[in-house]
Amino acid sequence: MDADQIARACARMAHQILEANRGASGLMLLGIPTRGVPLAHRLAAAIAAVEQVEIPTGSLDITMYRDDLRSQPTRAVGPTHLPSSVDDAVVVLVDDVLYSGRTVRAALDALGDIGRPRAVRLAVLVDRGHRQLPIRADHVGKNLPTAASERVGVKLTEIDGVTEVTISRPAGTTTDPLGPARGESDPVEEA
Amino acid sequence: MRHLLSAGDLSADEITGILDLAEEMSAVQDRPVKKLPALRGRTVVNLFFEDSTRTRSSFEIAGKWLSADVINISAKGSAVSKGESLRDTVMTVGAMGVDAMVIRHMASGAPWQVTGWVDASILNAGDGTHEHPTQALLDAFTLRRHFRRLDGGDLTGRTVAIVGDVTHSRVARSNVLLLRTLGAKVVLVAPPTLMPAGIETWPVAVSHDLDAVLPAVDAVMMLRVQRERMSGGYFPTPREYTISYGLTRPRLESLRPDTPICHPGPMNRGLEISAEAADAASSLVLDQVAAGVSVRMAVLYELLGGAEEMPVTRAHEVLA
Repeated sequence: MDADQIARACARMAHQILEANRGASGLMLLGIPTRGVPLAHRLAAAIAAVEQVEIPTGSLDITMYRDDLRSQPTRAVGPTHLPSSVDDAVVVLVDDVLYSGRTVRAALDALGDIGRPRAVRLAVLVDRGHRQLPIRADHVGKNLPTAASERVGVKLTEIDGVTEVTISRPAGTTTDPLGPARGESDPVEEA
Repeated sequence: MRHLLSAGDLSADEITGILDLAEEMSAVQDRPVKKLPALRGRTVVNLFFEDSTRTRSSFEIAGKWLSADVINISAKGSAVSKGESLRDTVMTVGAMGVDAMVIRHMASGAPWQVTGWVDASILNAGDGTHEHPTQALLDAFTLRRHFRRLDGGDLTGRTVAIVGDVTHSRVARSNVLLLRTLGAKVVLVAPPTLMPAGIETWPVAVSHDLDAVLPAVDAVMMLRVQRERMSGGYFPTPREYTISYGLTRPRLESLRPDTPICHPGPMNRGLEISAEAADAASSLVLDQVAAGVSVRMAVLYELLGGAEEMPVTRAHEVLA
């Protein structure tokens, strides 16, 4: 996906979020660091362009809720910034890639510790399949069928200087129908 | 990071990483559920051979807020009072399979010694007159927050006066090491009798005249007069110490406005610090206590948050 396609996908997701919520009232966008955060702000800007309202937008770090903390060196913790209380808000979690679903599981646990949203929805730029948990996205920028051995790289101008989505296959690997083993360099999602 | 023994072992990047993490940890204090699951299933033992209120309780709270199991053992009421040696006590606790030991001991170097006896991560919570690294980290955290609010800067280029009983102070030693690493200048102010031998080799300025130093500094850190460690006459009378080296009301007024006042506690009000200074709007004493929990959460996470025996990686390296 190039920058234009990503921009169109964001605009469509913004409309879908508004449609599903019947307007912008009560919405809150929380991006999951790292690349979910600028995506959340892009969605907020797209919503503002449609409805002329500012959606409260922030970030929710899930590092300490991960289920693979013990199999990795100590992970750096990202920023959590809540624009206001999540109680009774309709929280839309925003991430770049939906893969195993473990990041989203961690995000739901993290949300439960900071309040009680009225509803939680999930918006992702890329859904690449291979779920390991019963989790699905409400709003998807693009469904990208991939092999588990492939890597989906999302780059955003705010962080990487360019905006694109690429699929690469590391040299010398074969398609593994069982998915990545625990403890590989990037066993969860691309963020 | 496997152990935390000395503030001098930390690089500027490591310190900044811990302070940034502590900023994230501090948000937990405002949450309805003051609990993060990061250290679930880990066991932390507080092993305190000296009295302590804030260090022990803040390590306990920090561990519990990260979901670790925390056990307190103090010299009083344990086998130590029956004459058990440090080595036997530590190896006994270690044999129970704990992940970390937070050790306070009257002998300088005791935590370092312990690292050779057990597998657990060792955190120095104060060893004799040697070091108290988490105190230095929480002081740096408190001051950095203050300067960020004041003018958006950090500790680089600031001048910090550390005043009082430097000889007996592990707080002063750890702070000198940490503040120097962060690029701050340190002025030690004390009567000659309370300056340690070899002070000329420390990377600090030394003064015996508090009134000359105060108007020029960006922060003042008062040290407790540690009468329990004093065997001889270090100063003629407490009154005379207060007149020469106490942060009295006139000295408080001679400070530039906004100059923060720190004290590691417990305070001897009326001796090294007046009640006016301790309770002044510019006093950060209670901020230091709150910072203690956040900083100790950050340190425990850095030591115990990942797989054992592996180097710390930053997010951008994981994602690269």
